[in-house]
Amino acid sequence: MSQTVLESGDTADTVVSSGKYLTAYRYMLRARLLDDKFAALYRAGKIHGGVFLGRGQEALSVAIGLALKKTDVFAPLIRDAAGRLAFGETVADAARTYLGSSLGPMRGRDGNVHRGRPRDGLLPMISHLGAMISVVNGILFARRLKGISGTVGAVALGEGATSTGAFHEALNQAAVEKLPLVLVVANNQFAYSTPNDRQFACADLADKAAGYGVESHSVDGTDLTACLQTLEAAVARARAGHGPQLVVAQLLRLCGHGEHDDAGYITPQLKNSALGRDCLKLAEDFLVGKKWADTAQLAVWRSETIREIDDAVAPVQREPAPDPFTEEWQALSTKHLNEIRPDDFEI
Amino acid sequence: MSITYLDAIREAQAHALRDDPRVFIYGQDVAAFGGAFKATKNLAVEFPGRVIDAPISEDAIIGMAVGAAIEGLRPIIEMQFADFSTVGFNQIVNQAATLFWRTNVPCPITVRLPFGGTSGGGPFHSQSIEAIYAHYPGLVVLTPATVEDAYSMLIEAVAIDDPVIFCEHKFLYRHLKAEKLPSEALPIGKARIAREGRDLTIVAYSAMVHDALEAATELATEGWQVEVVDLRSIKPLDTDTIIASVARTGRLLCVGEAFPWGGVTAEVIARVSSEGFGLLDVPPQRLNAKDTPIPYHPNLWLAHRPTPQTVAAAARNLLRQ
Ligand SMILES: Cc1ncc(C[n+]2csc(CCOP(=O)(O)OP(=O)(O)O)c2C)c(N)n1
Repeated sequence: MSQTVLESGDTADTVVSSGKYLTAYRYMLRARLLDDKFAALYRAGKIHGGVFLGRGQEALSVAIGLALKKTDVFAPLIRDAAGRLAFGETVADAARTYLGSSLGPMRGRDGNVHRGRPRDGLLPMISHLGAMISVVNGILFARRLKGISGTVGAVALGEGATSTGAFHEALNQAAVEKLPLVLVVANNQFAYSTPNDRQFACADLADKAAGYGVESHSVDGTDLTACLQTLEAAVARARAGHGPQLVVAQLLRLCGHGEHDDAGYITPQLKNSALGRDCLKLAEDFLVGKKWADTAQLAVWRSETIREIDDAVAPVQREPAPDPFTEEWQALSTKHLNEIRPDDFEI
Repeated sequence: MSITYLDAIREAQAHALRDDPRVFIYGQDVAAFGGAFKATKNLAVEFPGRVIDAPISEDAIIGMAVGAAIEGLRPIIEMQFADFSTVGFNQIVNQAATLFWRTNVPCPITVRLPFGGTSGGGPFHSQSIEAIYAHYPGLVVLTPATVEDAYSMLIEAVAIDDPVIFCEHKFLYRHLKAEKLPSEALPIGKARIAREGRDLTIVAYSAMVHDALEAATELATEGWQVEVVDLRSIKPLDTDTIIASVARTGRLLCVGEAFPWGGVTAEVIARVSSEGFGLLDVPPQRLNAKDTPIPYHPNLWLAHRPTPQTVAAAARNLLRQ
């Protein structure tokens, strides 16, 4: 059983190169600004349904995306804009899903964070928490059956999802099959409004790993260096055949559950604690401290990224919406098995 | 040689495993033990590494199948009893059934549900829950009533690019026998006229087809010619064949072993009423199990579900009108 514990400030500079750190930072920045863009579009009434942000969770999320290879599998969750971008999702895919464009991967059939491209290893979450873990298990299992080795599957979760039966079944299943699964739990202290003490009763979620016979890693989710190092270690352990890895990160959600939620239940004390630090700001301070960038450079990157996102999102807003008259209202891929009822013709 | 319904299911799986390297079987006790009903007997030996025991985790079992399907494989899942598939319900109706529609990636999984009543099964080993799956878009739901259909429909189910809920009746497992396996079959989605008649149509599926046939034989001695339609597939439902039969007979009784609220019998009657109302000489009727959990003791159990006698009685009521 390996137990990696990295505290902020640990041998950071020796383990993560400036190049890698900068790459990670740029994805975090892009994710934060993309989230900001979606929040603005939501406030402007341009987005149907909810908007869910990953503010404060970018360091952990980006570390997942960067630790994976393109041939790996990633099932992101609600707060993983950074990890998705780092894994290869385009801003256009995200924007098209939020805006319901018929040209996006979900074609207006599903929205917001429910997006992905299964054939590219990026799984589109269903809402039901915990349900994606066993699906990733299935992909890893199938690759093993097909004789393909070396694939890792990563699944992102909030601490709330660890209370589901699906989590238990799937982590146990992965352990029984000794699958190369990396389960990353972002303990952001709240599941919607429910605090940890109403969610679980163990001292530390990482303790659960022992009960399943899997390895665990704990990490400060506000510290980019620690996240990069921990995820790299966990993915490497999984890839090397050491079975499932449970990563538990401590952090705070720096936004509401969705943009409709003002998160009034998060106390100022918690916001002002170490957990409430903004990982993006910490990364910027670190870059400046290391002289890997100065504040002028940071400002340039920020304005460049805003422009890049605006340029990617603007054309999506002009794209065709899905058309109910040309939509194929068929849920089965086997055309002749779809039932066509008389009322299907009566619009 | 005589082949049971259960043999047919085993043989269909052997055929699928032999024919297609993408097929594998995953479920509780399916490997060395050969399954709770022996539907996978010896398959683990014949197909090493492709018949795999699962932990008691129906949610994760279906989730695993969906992942394998995304990866291009064709899992056959054995639920130990249909009743326990409710634990995997979420993955079936929300994950498997929505995958193609959401992503354009097909989900070729076959979920075998040993279902239906056998005496002594009690409330949790007897249920008929086909209708709750048929309710969800994105699933094909099959209910073979014969040895031949158990074989050919299971082979076809595995070949279909969509999730199939394959409801195999536990009573029929050892009760039904055929001389040989079929070499051709009706395609999925087509109902079968199991017995021709001109006075009344009884629509049934799975084990109830046999109860309906028995009732029809009894009614024949009273001079009635009863037509029995075996649905074979409840989703898609072959409305055309049903309506054509009602056009011949003018009377409809629909029989199901499931609970009475909603369900297949209600759907059949709704369709005939809205699409073939003018063909009906008398109001259509349905016969189902009672609206209580399924009892354990044979006295109660037999009174809870339709039997050839109650089917015949319901038919007589319609015929006398
Ligand atoms: C099975 C299930 N129950 C309830 C919900 C509704 N729901 C959506 S997000 C959420 C909170 C999730 O909390 P957590 O897992 O900690 O993730 P976080 O939102 O904090 O990132 C809830 C209750 C759901 N999506 N799935």
